Amino acid sequence: MSETTGSVLEIRDLHVTVGEGDETKEILRGVDLTIRSGETHAIMGPNGSGKSTLAYSIAGHPKYTITGGTVTLDGEDVLAMTVDERARAGLFLAMQYPVEVPGVSVSNFLRTAATAVTGTAPKLRTWVKDVRTEMEALEMDAAFAERNVNEGFSGGEKKRHEILQMGLLKPKMAILDETDSGLDVDALRVVSEGVNRAKANSSVGVLLITHYTRILRYIEPDFVHVFVAGRVVEEGGKELADKLEAEGYASYLKADADAAAAIA
Amino acid sequence: MPENTDTPDTIAGPAESAALASELFAPGVGAQAGPPTTPASDTGTAGAGPGSHSHGGPTPTGSPAERFSSADPDDFAVVTGREEQWRFTPMKRVRPLLEGAGSDARLELTTDLPDGVELTTVGADDPLLAGLPEPVDRLAALTRVNAGGATVVRIPAEAQLDRPVTLSLRGTGSADVVWGQTVVEVGRHAAATIVLDHSGEAKYSGGVVVLVGDGAHVELVSVQEWAPGTAHGGQYDAVVGRDATFRQAVVTLGGDLVRLVSNVHYTGPGGTAELSGVYFADETQHQEHRLWVDHSTPNCTSNVVYKGALQGEQAHTVWVGDVRIRPAATGTETYELNRNLVLTDGARADSVPNLEIETGEIVSAGHASATGRFDDEQLFYLCSRGIDAETARRLVVRGFFADVVQKIAVPELADRLMGTIEQRLGALPGLEEQDVEVESELQPA
Repeated sequence: MSETTGSVLEIRDLHVTVGEGDETKEILRGVDLTIRSGETHAIMGPNGSGKSTLAYSIAGHPKYTITGGTVTLDGEDVLAMTVDERARAGLFLAMQYPVEVPGVSVSNFLRTAATAVTGTAPKLRTWVKDVRTEMEALEMDAAFAERNVNEGFSGGEKKRHEILQMGLLKPKMAILDETDSGLDVDALRVVSEGVNRAKANSSVGVLLITHYTRILRYIEPDFVHVFVAGRVVEEGGKELADKLEAEGYASYLKADADAAAAIA
Repeated sequence: MPENTDTPDTIAGPAESAALASELFAPGVGAQAGPPTTPASDTGTAGAGPGSHSHGGPTPTGSPAERFSSADPDDFAVVTGREEQWRFTPMKRVRPLLEGAGSDARLELTTDLPDGVELTTVGADDPLLAGLPEPVDRLAALTRVNAGGATVVRIPAEAQLDRPVTLSLRGTGSADVVWGQTVVEVGRHAAATIVLDHSGEAKYSGGVVVLVGDGAHVELVSVQEWAPGTAHGGQYDAVVGRDATFRQAVVTLGGDLVRLVSNVHYTGPGGTAELSGVYFADETQHQEHRLWVDHSTPNCTSNVVYKGALQGEQAHTVWVGDVRIRPAATGTETYELNRNLVLTDGARADSVPNLEIETGEIVSAGHASATGRFDDEQLFYLCSRGIDAETARRLVVRGFFADVVQKIAVPELADRLMGTIEQRLGALPGLEEQDVEVESELQPA
């Protein structure tokens, strides 16, 4: 797709389970979402509602089994792609708990990833400049590049590193899984500015998964979706976030319990 | 989340049955002293032997509670392969060493000696040899006898060397067994790095003893980049003085058979031993590393990290890590870790940690042993950044080793070893022009 028409990530009636046999548990129970280039969607929900499962299912984590529905990016079947193919197609997942990769330096990792995503090794001179600029903007020390991926990183460093990758890999669609969790105000500001910079510099579509409204003061959502028990139960503009801030999730949880009781 | 094969164990504070265990052992018995003792029965079965703590899988480790040692080969029975110490070793390959005659064959020695370092040889009757830790198996005892003396490296007290002492030992392909004994004497408060760099083809059995003076800082690096056809056996002993630090890095990449036994003894309180190892076994290679850290004095520390990868049919690695904390060794802090990465079917990694605690008054004692395939979470993370699974695997394996190799105090050597490992893994696609420049340019201006 060209920049002018933009990209679209479509999630239709997505059903996902974890576990096998008797242990099988349905986590996503029919998720519908459409995210277009340049849009920012916030998904908010209580713990255990399946928000992270949605993120990891789109990225292709082997732990999750898709039992129904579709995910397409510009019409291409995302669910048929391997994990790396999804990333090369333009999907990016900023993880809540980024994994340590001992012995692999950040600079080596970033360049290997950029090479994979763009198909060619980036030109050394511009690449070095790009990395440096992005790191400075995220208030990361240059020595950071020599450390092993996520090894011994503080919570804030891990999240900066995730957003650094988002900035460098320039995805079409970025899913940010609780990027705000565990951040102090300073780190939250830096990380949010990083996301806003990526939004300003590209037409990236953002799916922002969060438990709290705090990050939405920094990153303004176009749409807010309330996620409870594996599906979207209410949608609206950013004013919905204010309502959640004031009232919490209690009314949704009660409604869901009532519905479950009615079915039973 | 995927299964985690780690089996970390940590024992801190008063160890159960410590009092009972202390009755089993004479206080202060050193590995190099005392008459042969009968191994306590059942010490290898987790929970069965008082104070013992072991994970050897279903098979008991049977590690003797007291280690027999002797300078006389005839004090050891002829090796059958059924002994605990030899049960993993392919007899066919080690027999040429065990049955080898004394010979004049030598490894080709090239040295790089910084100023102040003395290299000499001493005869078999030199008193220095009588004071060394005794051999703990028949091969080591044969080596002590057949070597007929020793090559001695002396580093004077308080010396600060400007570069590593390097002994390059090259096998010339002789059919005779090469017997060798090396002694490194480091004076008090000296700081030195010693590299033993093994290459070429040989049948070699070599003893190495490092005498670390009080307060000295010593790093020994032993590289086994042997050619195919090589069999290498050896006992390494470090005698760590009061408040001294001994670091050892063993890197085994080549040879048909490599079997190294590393022992650490402390002669005073406050000693530190850091033992690290890297091994990479390809098809049919047998690489065996046995460690024995004998905490006999108070307030000493030991830390063991060995990592191995295996690929190809009949690649076999063995790691046995024994740590003993004797009743006198209060304030001991010890941890040992062995990780194995099995890259293909048909390879086998044996890992046997064994911890015996005879006093409750320690800081901490623990071990972890894990043998597995790739970490799925690491793979997922890398793949989620567009990196294909094969490249991701190579990155992870390289990283798995780099972790330990990077800590070797000789950067050029660390680079060379990583180069060898990379060759074994195959070239990483798309990264021909490596990113060394990137890394340097990223330094602050």
